[in-house]
Amino acid sequence: MKKLAIHILLIIFIILSCSNEDVQQYAPTPSLLKIPELFENNILKPVIPSDNQQTVEGIELGKKLFFDPILSGDKTLACADCHAPENAFTDSSRFSEGIDGSLGKRNSMPLFNLAWNYDENFFWDGGTFSLEHQAFIPVSDPTEMKNSWKQLQQELQKHPEYPNLFQKAFGTSKIDSTLVTKAIAQFERTLISANSKFDKYLLGEVILTPEEVDGFNIFMEETKGDCFHCHGSDKNPLWTDNIFHNNGLDETFTDLGLGTITGDPADNGKFKSPSLRNLIFTAPYMHDGRFTTIDEVINHYSEGLKNSSTIDPLMKKVAQGGVGLSIQEKSNLKAFLLALSDYDFIGNPDFIND
Amino acid sequence: MKKNLLFVLIIVLSTISCTDNSNNSFNQANISFNFKHNWDGTSITNSDFNTIKFINSNGENLSIERLRYLISKITFTTSAGEKLVFNDYNLVDLTYASNLSYNLITTIPIGTYNNVSFTFGFDNDANYNGNYADLNSVSWNVPAMLGGGYHFMQLEGKFTDNNTQETGYAYHVIRAVDNTGDSLIFEDTFFEVNFGSVTISDDTIFNIEMNIAEWFKNPNTWDLKVLNNMLMPNYDAQIMMFENGQNVFSLESIEQ
Repeated sequence: MKKLAIHILLIIFIILSCSNEDVQQYAPTPSLLKIPELFENNILKPVIPSDNQQTVEGIELGKKLFFDPILSGDKTLACADCHAPENAFTDSSRFSEGIDGSLGKRNSMPLFNLAWNYDENFFWDGGTFSLEHQAFIPVSDPTEMKNSWKQLQQELQKHPEYPNLFQKAFGTSKIDSTLVTKAIAQFERTLISANSKFDKYLLGEVILTPEEVDGFNIFMEETKGDCFHCHGSDKNPLWTDNIFHNNGLDETFTDLGLGTITGDPADNGKFKSPSLRNLIFTAPYMHDGRFTTIDEVINHYSEGLKNSSTIDPLMKKVAQGGVGLSIQEKSNLKAFLLALSDYDFIGNPDFIND
Repeated sequence: MKKNLLFVLIIVLSTISCTDNSNNSFNQANISFNFKHNWDGTSITNSDFNTIKFINSNGENLSIERLRYLISKITFTTSAGEKLVFNDYNLVDLTYASNLSYNLITTIPIGTYNNVSFTFGFDNDANYNGNYADLNSVSWNVPAMLGGGYHFMQLEGKFTDNNTQETGYAYHVIRAVDNTGDSLIFEDTFFEVNFGSVTISDDTIFNIEMNIAEWFKNPNTWDLKVLNNMLMPNYDAQIMMFENGQNVFSLESIEQ
């Protein structure tokens, strides 16, 4: 009997000792992604890491960090400066400017529907795996924020608000790069764009103009645009395959793209297919921002292709420069592409700095 | 001593019950299919991709840069003619070496089967009555203007014509469709691949071979100079692909 009493006391003591103050305070609110109807109906579920589930507190913290120039070495540059909401989270420069005026060599990528990048290879060259790790890179990149994580962690730790926000989001006020990138990734996963005119058309809410319909047909027709093999379709509303292709930009490469990462010459000149959503907001185009207008992009595929050893087999009629669309076909294709513009996305108050 | 005996008994029982769940103790067998690839007998993996190293029956040198294809409806036919059909599918992607091995979702009874088969591609029921999120997500669709549904195969690469310029080819297999008139006219191009009789006595692995060279060979000698791209809306080309596909697959071995 005495033994039993001791055992019970011991168990109570263990339970009480586990219930420390931190655990009681750490009760983040789950926040499921709002999956658009077209996505729900047609494609696989988004990728949410098991160790970084979406929470209200995590998303709020991530948003604050995303818009806060504290991340940069001289406190002048936030993520949002090169990934601005009004530009569908890219910027209008060919190459973004770092804190000391130095330029990167790639065009800033727009940010939306990132949770549906199933392979989780990010950047134009696929050089980073996972959204969390992607968010890790720019802070210390000398051509971008040019900070050090050690310094940033110290500054965030001394900040009057951040320790408490990390406490609420992650159950600890001890800030490190892992938690910073987790929070930013949570916010980035909420950047969902699925409310363009074409989305509404697919949902039966609006009708398209004849030009837009014809443009979509050109997009889908293998003998015309044949865009769908790499850029999605009415059944794949991401409008990208999220994989890497050489789309005939150059005969020789100054930027090896995927080849830099894999070391495989067969990957030289290959870059990720960007989504065709929101093109009206995301100029200039291509990995190096060489095209300033959608017309230039269409002209490239129509008559500007350049051959090289790694050009994608899907680039047809390369010897003739491309598929040779007529002026009317180009115009209609552009009309369709513009129907993928999501004005609600760039105006969404959840995505704009408070 | 009594306690020890009880403990040993529990261990023995646990071991036996675990064993029962994992294999054929209930006269059931786990079945898996491995998909292997060769060029007229020479084994191919994705490490052989991106180099012009193959010669087709028309004498063209070619490379492979991408190969993925769909198989569906794996079927075991009993000696009584009863069909055990698995209404599932597998998108084999040699490019990224994914889904090269496929396990049936349930076990099957051990015994002798008169035939084992699968469908290359989708039959019409599966092709048009399903909206497959995993296939949509990897852009496996066929445009509605060609009838919709899904690709059966995408084989892509480059070839050289008389050792000169490299040209891309995209040998995409879909259900044949003539879209030149007012309405679409279809011809089925999915086909059943039969491997004959097999006795399943234990867990079994079927090693399936695809001879890629056959797609260019028999009965139609494929001329890549003429038929290299924009083949999806090419009705005649799709029929030729269907015909050439008949001898592409073989059963290399069975492991039990």
